[in-house]
Parts: sequence; C-alpha cells; structure tokens
Amino acid sequence: MAQTMVSVQALRKHYTVHKRPPGLKAALGSLFRRVPTVVKAVDGISFEIGRGERVGFLGPNGAGKTTTLKVLAGLLHPSSGEVRVDGHVPQRREDAFLKKVTLVMGQKQQLLWDLPPSETFALNRAIYEVPEPEFQRTMADLTELLELGDLVNKPTRTLSLGERMKCELAAALIHRPQVLFLDEPTIGLDVSMQVVIRDFIKEYNERTGATLILTSHYMDDVAALCPRVVVIDRGLLSYDGALDELVRRIRPEKRLVLRLDGPVDRAALEAVGRVVSTDAAGVVLQVAQDAVNPAVSRALATLPVHDLTVENAPLEEVMSELFAQSRAARGEVEDAA
Amino acid sequence: MSLRSTVRALPTLFRIGFAEMVAYRAEMLVWVLATTMPLIMLALWSAVAHDAPVGRFDQEDFVAYFLATFIVRQLTGAWVAWQLSFEVRTGTLAMRLLRPLHPMVSYAVENLSAIPLRLIVALPVAVLALILTGVSRLPRDPVLWVIFLLSLLGGWLITFLANAGIGTLALWTGSSVKLMDVWLALFMVFSGYLIPVELFPPLIRGTIEVLPFRYQIGFPVELLTRGLDRGAALRLLLGQWIWVGLFTLGVRALWRRGLQRFAAYGG
Repeated sequence: MAQTMVSVQALRKHYTVHKRPPGLKAALGSLFRRVPTVVKAVDGISFEIGRGERVGFLGPNGAGKTTTLKVLAGLLHPSSGEVRVDGHVPQRREDAFLKKVTLVMGQKQQLLWDLPPSETFALNRAIYEVPEPEFQRTMADLTELLELGDLVNKPTRTLSLGERMKCELAAALIHRPQVLFLDEPTIGLDVSMQVVIRDFIKEYNERTGATLILTSHYMDDVAALCPRVVVIDRGLLSYDGALDELVRRIRPEKRLVLRLDGPVDRAALEAVGRVVSTDAAGVVLQVAQDAVNPAVSRALATLPVHDLTVENAPLEEVMSELFAQSRAARGEVEDAA
Repeated sequence: MSLRSTVRALPTLFRIGFAEMVAYRAEMLVWVLATTMPLIMLALWSAVAHDAPVGRFDQEDFVAYFLATFIVRQLTGAWVAWQLSFEVRTGTLAMRLLRPLHPMVSYAVENLSAIPLRLIVALPVAVLALILTGVSRLPRDPVLWVIFLLSLLGGWLITFLANAGIGTLALWTGSSVKLMDVWLALFMVFSGYLIPVELFPPLIRGTIEVLPFRYQIGFPVELLTRGLDRGAALRLLLGQWIWVGLFTLGVRALWRRGLQRFAAYGG
C-alpha cells in the first residue's frame, strides 16, 4: 500500500437514543420516563487507506458508512478508537486538517441558496486562503472538467439537481483537498449526470493524486470508481479488499448474457447453463467459472446467438449475498420482509 | 483559522453576508417591523405622562427614550440562537464545521451584515428623534460618545453571545428555541426595552442592575438620553464588559463540550 493517508483502529461510535412506541399513552409516558437505548452505529472497525487510493464504503442503510465518513471528516467524535487522517486527529478540527479534506454530501449543500454559486466559490477562496492566481487556475480547471459554463452566475435555487451537484463539487474542491469524502454524491441524479460526476471524480483523482473515499447505493458508482471496497454492516466490517475479489468470493459463477435471433426451448438453454432470466431483451445464464469456455462453445454451436457477453454477477446481488452471509455467521435471523 | 487570516477574510465574508441580507430583504423588513415595540411603548408611556411626569420622564423624555431604544435595538440585534438550534437539529451545522473558520465567526458576520440594511430604517428614526426632542439630551462630552460606541458593541456582543450560548444548548436538548423565548421574555422586561429601568421600584431595580439584560439596550439608551457623567458611564461600561467576558467564557465552554455531542443528523 502507498503511504498511509487514513488510519482507523478499533473505531466505535455509539449513540444513546430514546425510544418510545407510537400513541398518546406512550407520548405522555415519555414526559416522565424515557427509555434510553444505545445504538452501535460503528462497533470496532479497523482499516487503513493509502495516499491516492479510491475506496468505496458499502453497506445497507444504517450500516455505519456515513457515520464512519463523518468521523473521518471530523464532524463526529468517536466513542472510542483511534482515527488519523494524514497524521491529524480529525475531531480536533485543526485548520491544517480542514484545509486538506472535503466532504460532499449528496443530501446536504454548502452553496448559498439565494446567491449564485460564484459567491460561494469566492467565500471559500477567502476562508481557505487560496491565492487569487491559484483560485483562477482551479476555477478554470473545474469549469472545464465539470462544464460549468454560465451556471456559476445563476442563483443556486434556480439550478437543477444535477447542475447544483456539479457546483457543489466545484465549491468543495476550490482549496484542492488531498482527501475527498463523498457521501452519495450522485443521489437523485439521472443516469447521464451520474456518469458526468463519476468521470469527473475519477479524473480529479488521477490528476491530483487525491485520496477518495466514497459511499453510494449506486453500485455503478462503486464499480466505476473504486478498485477497493470496505463493506460495513451493522457497524461491523464485513469485507475489506479488492472489488473483483469480493465478487469472485461471493458469486464465483459467471453470467452469459445472450441476445438471440429467435425463440429457443428452455431445455436447450439449460443444456448451456442455469437460466437466471429470459425476456425480450435476451437470456441470462449462470455457469461455473471453470465452465465458461465450454458453455460459450456450446451456446454458439446450439443456439441462434446474435450477441454474447460474459459478465460477473451484478454487484447488488453480490452485496445482498454478502450481507446475508454475514448475518447468518452472526446467528441473526434474516427478516423475511 | 488564525486571527490574522480571519481579519483578511472579513471583507469577503461581509460582502457576501450583505448580499445574502439583500436577497432576504423581505424577511429583513418583516423582522424590522417586528421590532417596532418601542414605538408602541412610546405612544403608551407618552399617554401615561400626559398629565404629569412619571419619575423623571415627561412626554418628551419618553419620546427620546423609546426612539433611542428603537435605534439601539436595530443595531444590536442577533438571531443566532434560532440559526444554531435549526442547524443542530437538521445537521446542517456540519457544513460550517467543515470549513477552517470558527462557526461563531461566520454567525457573527452574518448577523452583523444586517446592520447596513437596518441603518436604513434606524437613521430616519434618529433624524425624527432629533427633530422631536432636540439635541439638548445628547452627550456633549466626546468621551461619552466613545463610551456609547463601546456600549453598542458590548450590547451587541451580549445579545449575540446569549443567543450563541442558548443555541449551543440544542446540542444537548435537540432544540433550544423555547429557551430563547424565555430569555427574550426576561429581556423584554428587564432590559429597558419596554420599561425604562429607572421606573422599577428600588428593590427590583437593584436586581436588574446586576443582570445582563440592561446592558443589551438600557445602558446605551441611557448614555444617549439620561445625561450620565463620565464616572457613572465608565462604571456601567465596566459592568457591561464583565458580562461580555463571562458570556464569552461560558459560550466557549459550552461549545467545546457540546460539539462532542454533535450527531450531524441527516445525509
């Protein structure tokens, strides 16, 4: 691994919340007696991330990904454990640390709502003490990469979600941070805008060598950006390693995706592999990894194949399987709902 | 951010703060209209003093006092308690914490950026006050004018810091708006905003004089209208700035402890 940029050792973040059932009786009761419950948002995770790495944090809702990200960004104080980002203890929020990092949250914004984004850029230039020539250069780069054009001069409230996210990214990068924490940066965006944002993030990482830590529910984001993933589930680390390896480990089978020129008997398909799905768009078959070559040969020989691709199982399926395995290993009963 | 860096950033912060205030001008106008209580009190107390003075206050004294109160209120307003409470509850305080600028500095700049707009309202009232009551009440000693300016700053600081302290309590309670309402109720009664402090019975007045509320409004207004001498003015200024110091220490301690509880909800 390259020089360590992020080091997390036995991180725990526990919250005390007060639970009460619905209804008037419970509401009145809670006036006099509240029942505290400890929520273990993060419960003892450890990992290290090297300088310039792109790492995806994966996990279901409430897994502890965003909490971990907020601890790394210095917003939350850990309950216990040790966290360092480029040698800094994040919760101390030293200026030198804050000038090295940025956190972009897809569901929160730093842009001033009633003013054009250019005003937020100017504000950040002053706060981060970016010299004017460097600011101009950075803005020129960001304008080109994100195709900002005239957007920066329109009031933020009039921008579309995608336009706003592009400006959010620009505002977050004016001080050229060395570590990018990205929490669902493409949430709610249409597919083409997701691609624009993804490409930009990758380009920024390659140009500047910045370290990138991303959480996203869109597996395409993770697949496109992160060679390494850290999987967190119920506050615990389920997996830390290469994305390819995770897929191989959880779903070693391959998928043959076929487009056929005409209808085919199910029996003929099953002679090639297990049928995962059939519809107008094509057929998906599953075969063991070491049986891919014979299966492809048989498909080409026996089926009216118009087009054939070999793919891994979708990441969503892999993740779902991983979480099920983790919970089974912990002896938890999967909620049928 | 060091003090030097903060000072260097201030012109941009104020420029953008003012641009935001202009964008929210309708809201600002409503806020200004909501602070016209001194003008209502002016009418009320003038009617009371129609036949005979109340204490040392005749009708003209009340006009001078409450017009000065209106002006001082415009120049010492702060609303950071509501901002902070909202931002803690929704987690948006996170965006301020990510920047290398103390959130209290950014709140202070935002609150102070409203003053130019408020001056637009306050200045005509000041001219009206001069026309109605003349210049005879105003201090002639330039030192008293310096003390007045310092008292305005002190009044604003107490208002801001009280707001900031109460807003910070939201880190424990989830919302502290109702607590601010309690503070405001006490402020209305004990600051001289509705009733000049001099008109309280001696026992209550003695208590009011050690509380911080009077230093928010009453003290600067008295400097303009009561004809205080240098000694009395300096004593009151010292009392005011002791409160500024106490509030600063209190808010600093609350902020440090409170941040450890910040949950950065949402997102």
